[in-house]
This record gives sequence, C-alpha cells and structure tokens, in this order.
Amino acid sequence: MPQYYRPTTRADALAALAEAGERGRPLVGGTDLLVGLRHHTLEPELLVDLKGVTDLPEPIAVTEDGVRIGATYTLGELVAHPVFQEWYPALVEAALTVGSVAIRNRASLVANSCNASPAADTAPPLLVHGARVTIASLDGDRTASLDEFFLGPRRTLCGPGELVTRIDLPRPAPGSGSAFRRLTRRRGVDLATVSVAAGVGADGWLVLGMGAVGPRPLRAESPGPVELTDAAALDGALDQLLAVATPISDVRGSREYRLATLRVLAARAVLAAADRRNPREMAS
Amino acid sequence: MTTSDHLVDDALQTVTLTVNGSERTVAVPAHRTLLDGLRDEVGLPGTKSCCAEGECGACTVLLDGKAVNSCLVLCVEAEGHEVTTVEGLSADGLTDLQEEFLNAGAVQCGFCIPGQVVAAEYLLRTNPSPDEAEIREALSGNLCRCAGYQRIVRAVQATAERRGAAR
Repeated sequence: MPQYYRPTTRADALAALAEAGERGRPLVGGTDLLVGLRHHTLEPELLVDLKGVTDLPEPIAVTEDGVRIGATYTLGELVAHPVFQEWYPALVEAALTVGSVAIRNRASLVANSCNASPAADTAPPLLVHGARVTIASLDGDRTASLDEFFLGPRRTLCGPGELVTRIDLPRPAPGSGSAFRRLTRRRGVDLATVSVAAGVGADGWLVLGMGAVGPRPLRAESPGPVELTDAAALDGALDQLLAVATPISDVRGSREYRLATLRVLAARAVLAAADRRNPREMAS
Repeated sequence: MTTSDHLVDDALQTVTLTVNGSERTVAVPAHRTLLDGLRDEVGLPGTKSCCAEGECGACTVLLDGKAVNSCLVLCVEAEGHEVTTVEGLSADGLTDLQEEFLNAGAVQCGFCIPGQVVAAEYLLRTNPSPDEAEIREALSGNLCRCAGYQRIVRAVQATAERRGAAR
C-alpha cells in the first residue's frame, strides 16, 4: 500500500520523486491512477500529490503566441475556456469525449499525456497542434515535442524521478482549422475504438493525429498542400498519411475494422477542419 | 523528503474536511477512497459504492462545488476541502429536484439515484436552463441499470422549469 505525500514546493516534489525512483508516482486527478491502484496494475510505494505545490507553472497562461498548460489544469476547465474553443477546437472536442463530467472535473490534460495510453483522447489533437512538453527533474528542465515524448504503450520520455510540469501549444497559423472525430461503442465513459484529429492549413497542408491504431498515439503530416475539393487527391493523401497506422484486434474492434473506420473518420475530420478555416484570416 | 508532517504511511492518517457544512475529522489509511471515507468513517451511506472505478457515477459527490466520482479521490486528498453528499443537498426534507424525481417516477430500484441527483444538481447550478442534449451529456456518466433514463431526464427538465418560474 502506498504512502501519500503532499509537498508544497516543486523542489520537495522532485526530491521525493528522485528518492522514490521507479516506486514513486505523481498524482494529480487520479482518475486513471486510482483505477490502477484498485486493480493492482499499479503498485507505487509513494504517491506525490502535486495539487498542493505552489511554485509549479500556473494552470493556464494565454499569450499572443499560444497557451501554456500546467500539470493541474483539468479537462473540465479546458472545455469551458473561450481561447481553447477558438484556437484549438479539435482539442475541446476530444476533451469533451473523455469519461464524463465528473471525470473531467478531476482529470488533468498533462497527466493524460503522461499516462500515454495509445487511445488517449487528447493526444491526437495535441499532436496536431504541435504540443511540446517540459520535463523537470533535480537536474533541471528539458523540453520535447509530444511526438518524441510518446515512446510506446504507457511509456514516455518522462522517467523515474521526473515530472511533466507543462504543455505548450503554439497558436494555430492564421486561416487554419482543426477537428476531432472518434468512434466508441457508447457515448459516455468508453475508450476510443479509433480516434483522429485533423489540422488543415490555409493552403491545404494536412496533419493528422491518430489514437488507438498503434502502440502509441501517431502523428503524420502531408509533404505539401492537398487539393481538398478533389476526392482523388484527398484519397491519395490519406493513403500516405494513414500508412503509419498498425492497429491490433481487441475487444473494441478488429484490425480490419479499425483500418476501415480510421479512413472514414480521417476524411470526415479533414473536411470538418477545412470548413473551420477562417476565410477572412485566409485573405489577409 | 523535508516536510515529514505531510507524509503518511499505511498507518492511519488524520484528515480534516468539511462534509455537508460540518467539519469532520477521520483517520484513514492513505489508499482509502473518499467514497469509503464518507460511508464508513463519516457515516453517510447515501453515496453509493458500485463500480468503484469511475464508470457508473453512483458515488458522485460535490467536491468544492464540483461533481466528482468519490471512488476516484483519495480521502487524504480531501484534506481541507468541502464535500457535499446527497444528504447535504437540503438541510431538511427533500430538495425540489428530489421531489421531481418522485413526481416523474424516475426512481425504480433507486440505487443510482443519489448519484443521479448530485450530478443533476451540479448541472442545474452551472447551467440553470439545460436543453435535453445537455441534460443527457451531464448525466452520461451516471448509469441506471433499470434504464429509467427518460424519466430521469424529465425530472431534471421539470426542476429547471420550476426553478425558472421561481426566479
């Protein structure tokens, strides 16, 4: 059974995690962690609750260039924030599919990335929006793109003794749009069978984030602009972008079903994202 | 670890929290959930224990005014916070929302109802005039094995109308 530690400073939190090494786990929302404790799939000896730490980055900071999201920022706060709704609609759509209202009131965006579930709902839009993570340890801070951060199922660059203190999202380019589409068996409290986020640039440049179709959330980018009104051109672009997907068969769907629905959802996400491009901004 | 007063091991940890307006102090091991703390230590069995992994919503309570699954919160995390359980929604008697659950015939076996009521109360406090889609979304984390969803939605609608008329 774990010990529980509620530090008030970042230095104390990092010192505790460094000392505990593999046996320590940071705790924020606990919505995955407590399930792991109950089922003994996680058996940490030390839980370090970050919610009392006063000198971590603030939950949310908005600048001209983008947003910085601290470790304690919840999905419930995110979906209600007007800047997220305007700049990152794919992320808001994805966050709204996580669990339920009560889950989102506790669950942390940063921690959702740290859990690194291949089916994490917020991962595809974060990949599309070019998220970067800051990893802190007693040795100092380092940053990485979220694409580099995800190593495999439940494995990330954030190792023992380390802590992700924030995620940075650049402001989307003028005239770009984003959208998220997901397939589940039921509307609430279910994991994705397949999920896709799409970003479309003003010139038709495409980027996709994909969930539950590989050992980790995947990102793919078109080499150049795609003529979206040309069905054959979009088809060809999707052939290339979706080639990274290597889904498995499990209780939520077979490999073949996932590949087939991935293509449908990706096309829908791309077209929805394209529709969200702001024509006024495109002209400027 | 420098602040050993905040460190607890498997021995009992003293937690002071406000439950339904009264300060309560309980002694729990660190892994005890808020759900079990409320039921077994504070002695308020209205909050129901069902799936115990955040799937069903039977254990929904308000933590600092926000709906949460009390099975996914450690009791020690609630130190210094305010919890409202179904018992605390009204000082005495039933709330208008609970009356409308009865009027709508929304209570069948009744096991999910405390969680449904707390989740619906949270919705109505944050969105006093929800449409049907918003009600269904707000309650999508509260499962009813009797499948009494239509009447539950109707009870929430009736409460919103009743409160709207009273304003």
